[in-house]
Amino acid sequence: MQLRRVILRFPSFLTNQPIVYRLAKDFGLEFNILKASVNPEKEGLLVMEIKGEEGQIQEGIRYLLDKGVIVESFGQRVVFNSERCIHCGLCVGLCPVGAFIMDEVTFEVIFQEEKCLACGLCVKACLVRAMEVQL
Amino acid sequence: MKTIAEINEKIRKGQAIVLTAEEVIEVVKEKGFKKAAQEVDVVTTGTFGPMCSSGVFLNLGHTKPRIKLGGGKVYLNGVPAYAGLAAVDVYLGATALPEDDPRNRDHPGAFVYGGGHVIEELVSGKKVRLQGFAYGTDCYPRRQIDTWIGLEDINEAILFNPRNAYQNYNVAVNLSDRILYTYMGVLKPRLGNANYCSAGQLSPLLKDPFYRTIGIGTEIFLGGGIGYVAWWGTQHNPSVPRKNGIPTRPAGTLALIGDLKGMKPEFLRGVSLLGYGTSLAVGIGIPIPVLDEEVLWYAARSDGEILAPVVDYSRTYPERESEVLAEVSYAELKKGMIKILGKEVPTGCLSSYAKARKIAQILKEWIKEGKFLLSEPVAPLPGPDSGIKLKFLEERKDT
Repeated sequence: MQLRRVILRFPSFLTNQPIVYRLAKDFGLEFNILKASVNPEKEGLLVMEIKGEEGQIQEGIRYLLDKGVIVESFGQRVVFNSERCIHCGLCVGLCPVGAFIMDEVTFEVIFQEEKCLACGLCVKACLVRAMEVQL
Repeated sequence: MKTIAEINEKIRKGQAIVLTAEEVIEVVKEKGFKKAAQEVDVVTTGTFGPMCSSGVFLNLGHTKPRIKLGGGKVYLNGVPAYAGLAAVDVYLGATALPEDDPRNRDHPGAFVYGGGHVIEELVSGKKVRLQGFAYGTDCYPRRQIDTWIGLEDINEAILFNPRNAYQNYNVAVNLSDRILYTYMGVLKPRLGNANYCSAGQLSPLLKDPFYRTIGIGTEIFLGGGIGYVAWWGTQHNPSVPRKNGIPTRPAGTLALIGDLKGMKPEFLRGVSLLGYGTSLAVGIGIPIPVLDEEVLWYAARSDGEILAPVVDYSRTYPERESEVLAEVSYAELKKGMIKILGKEVPTGCLSSYAKARKIAQILKEWIKEGKFLLSEPVAPLPGPDSGIKLKFLEERKDT
């Protein structure tokens, strides 16, 4: 099983067609929508995680591209520099997807990269620049 | 009943029982107050967080020929230092910014580098660029200096922080519809998050709420080295509401002093607050001698019994109003979620509990090894009956 995070941009002519559910129905993919902005007659945006076998993911993405969906993979990732971190936990309440947790025993910050959307909010808000964007 | 002299005698003999403010909570639960008060000699506290009223006095040494920087201008790595003192004495504050820093022109500003960062570099053993401009006198003819200095090159480097170690602090939230960039961090709209800034049950003044043992002259852990309580801190405000004796609002503060040359960058960190400015995160640890059961009773209060006020930073704080939305305990805050106006709000913190714990632990080791003795305060800090009240600045047209 593979996990892929993608940004889907739906041109306005596609926003009133059922497309995403076919990823599950025809390609057996599981998906988890992380962010959605869909307005009828306007460009739509979906950020989601797709889970499935590599071949199925590729077929599913091929299907989306054929339909006219613009598919982008995450171009950046956010990395955690534990040497710089002071473990204050400011990022814990800030992260929109809960990618940081405060260890209940050690009171040290744990960064769960697999949850991160690379939105960059923590990078700007961190007091000691312990979070960095990597392209 | 014990005296500080008796406790110091035990420390010298290596017989003192020293616990951190976290450990003592459990011990008291196990043994009860009477027994614990007889056995425990010292409780160590700790805190580590951004404290803007911090800075360092530097005596730069005299150039040849001499320069009088007093009344002139001084920059350290481009950050201006206060030069309104004698020829080569300057004060560099944590929030000072280079003159060409864009500040909040493109809001929110990043505030990448300021006085706090220069202090961190100095304490890390790095050289910083010193630029000075003077007007020249008969006895101090030189007008400019451009050189590099490190802590080993200069005479004194005295960390002197007019306000540190706040006894309790606000929990900041945002009731408005727009994101806020504050000294309490980024606050998301419509109660998107809640930020607090205290070590709670480890925080020095919360464990000695009536300043029975912490006073002027008390020797402390400061920035990884040794420091002293110089005075009560600015905005010291002991007469706030209390519950079980513990302030439920920002209350007492401490002015602290110590030799920067003996400190460590691990406990003095430059800080950038998005859209707000720079600061310095300071590590402080204060020992509390267990003189009697009452001292121990307060030192053993836990996060669940210490309450902080929730304040709206979209209106109440900037408009200097006094409304408090709720009171929440540090136990709730540390669990990561509090309930405000019926909404579950995730919490974040600016103060590092992990570092606070480490500081209390280090201070405990120093005392156990006999390297650190307890000091009798020279004078007490003003308490709730002192009549001290916070004054506010009002605009007047004339005197």
